Amino acid sequence: MGMEQENEYAIEVEDLVVRYGDQTVLDGVSFQIRRGETFVILGGSGHGKSTLLRNLVGLMRPFAGRIRINGQDFTAMSDAGRMEVRKKIGMCFQGSALFNSMSLADNVALPLREHTKLKESTIDIMTRIKLELVGLGGYEDYLPAELSGGMRKRAGLARAMAMDPEIIFYDEPSAGLDPIVAAGIDMLIRKMQSTFNLTSVVVTHEMASVKLIADRVCMLRHGRILAMGTLDELAASDNPFVRQFFERRPDEDQEDRDDYLRALTGGSERTAPGPQEPEDGR
Amino acid sequence: MTALTALVGGAGRAALNQLYGVARVCVLIVDTLYWLVAAPFRGKGLRIRAAVECFVEFGYHSMPIVGLICFLIGAIMAMQASYQLARFGATQYIANLVGVAAVRELAPLMTAIILTGRSGSAIAAEIGTMKVAEEIDALDVMGVNPTKFLVVPKFLAMVAAIPCVTVLAMFIMILGGFVLSTMVLSVDVGLYIENTAGALQLKDFATGMTKSVFFAIVICWVGVYRGFQVEGGAEGVGKMTTSSVVTSIFFIIIVDLVFSALFYFAV
Repeated sequence: MGMEQENEYAIEVEDLVVRYGDQTVLDGVSFQIRRGETFVILGGSGHGKSTLLRNLVGLMRPFAGRIRINGQDFTAMSDAGRMEVRKKIGMCFQGSALFNSMSLADNVALPLREHTKLKESTIDIMTRIKLELVGLGGYEDYLPAELSGGMRKRAGLARAMAMDPEIIFYDEPSAGLDPIVAAGIDMLIRKMQSTFNLTSVVVTHEMASVKLIADRVCMLRHGRILAMGTLDELAASDNPFVRQFFERRPDEDQEDRDDYLRALTGGSERTAPGPQEPEDGR
Repeated sequence: MTALTALVGGAGRAALNQLYGVARVCVLIVDTLYWLVAAPFRGKGLRIRAAVECFVEFGYHSMPIVGLICFLIGAIMAMQASYQLARFGATQYIANLVGVAAVRELAPLMTAIILTGRSGSAIAAEIGTMKVAEEIDALDVMGVNPTKFLVVPKFLAMVAAIPCVTVLAMFIMILGGFVLSTMVLSVDVGLYIENTAGALQLKDFATGMTKSVFFAIVICWVGVYRGFQVEGGAEGVGKMTTSSVVTSIFFIIIVDLVFSALFYFAV
């Protein structure tokens, strides 16, 4: 296996299959993410984006398939190996997941205190730099509960950046924020990417954000990749679901049922919903 | 036929679930011991400061309530003992009864039960809330082991705090009996002290302290285990917090029984 720097791709996913019980959530997903690009995973609620993200950061183990991070097989690694890889990745959680009992400074300093032997004075300076970076200079002693949602997201980003990661994951960065604050977060994502040449993976369903930040987009539907490419390529797509998503049209009942049957029968063409199909083996 | 299949299947599934639970408890135990004993020697550190903070919370802050309850229980025991002993004119033996019962049994047990309600539930609620808020996931993604970060400091603190509080509880429970006997039941002060000192042996103290250490282990692990079991939202936290108290008290009684029997028959 080549060393980290020789590899063109930061993340490679091959035929990923994820199941909850006997329900298949991701079904043969493959893609590659280049170093330094912002890759957006797009899709409606319940189509497997969050599951995909949880697999990429190793919070879940897939049923089948392979994930390589910096050329190393992340899925086959021991827990100790995964811990090492995780020091080089950062993640911003949807609800920011800051430790509520700790001040912002302590939150940001936590990975440094756990993983490095830096002096407390150095950690203090680094913490200030990271908080300054996300526009929260002067808020070191605040508790997460004393901040607004947008500020918490920023603090979560500062914490994710604490160890100077190579790859950063964002789970729904603009969910629950007003458009102005959400735009601020988008700008921050861009800034991080351009300043530090970070590889960014963003899970979202906000088309407005996607237009601002995405280099490439992959669109999930029912656990499969429906379309992948640059935003322009997707916008020019004539796939009805891609169009529907871009034009923000609601599902029509007829269409939904049609699609459901198609999913059941493995993609064979079907124009009108026939009589109720028996579900195999249940 | 289908009823039979369902019955056997149900029993099998229930057994598997139980086994799975046992396996998870074992993993938790091994993990805790690894991060407590082995990891610090490999330069992976121990969070002493967090452990001290937990010690203050579990031990120091629980002293007033443990003290008050144990004082009252000591007084109650003296009254109940006098109810029978007075018929034989043997009220001076209240001292023996209260002393031995407090040190061997009631002080460790009451301390453990109060700390289950006070701290075991708090551990379950804290870890459960962290799990719901993705904070546990955040630790994982940062490469920080949740057992090392959350469980080990609490474990250390609990195992240190409960025996300390138990010693206090023993003393205060005897004091409660003493105050009631001498002031209300007019037992001679000197005689009470003499009888207490005469009745208690080092063995009694050892019994009580051994139990208290194991109670501490039970309280901590049950709280942690229930905390990590939380699924869903606030409702899940509430459910598992309640469950942690019930499970913990159940296992405390079992441990109590085992060690009482052990010290009664074997030592």
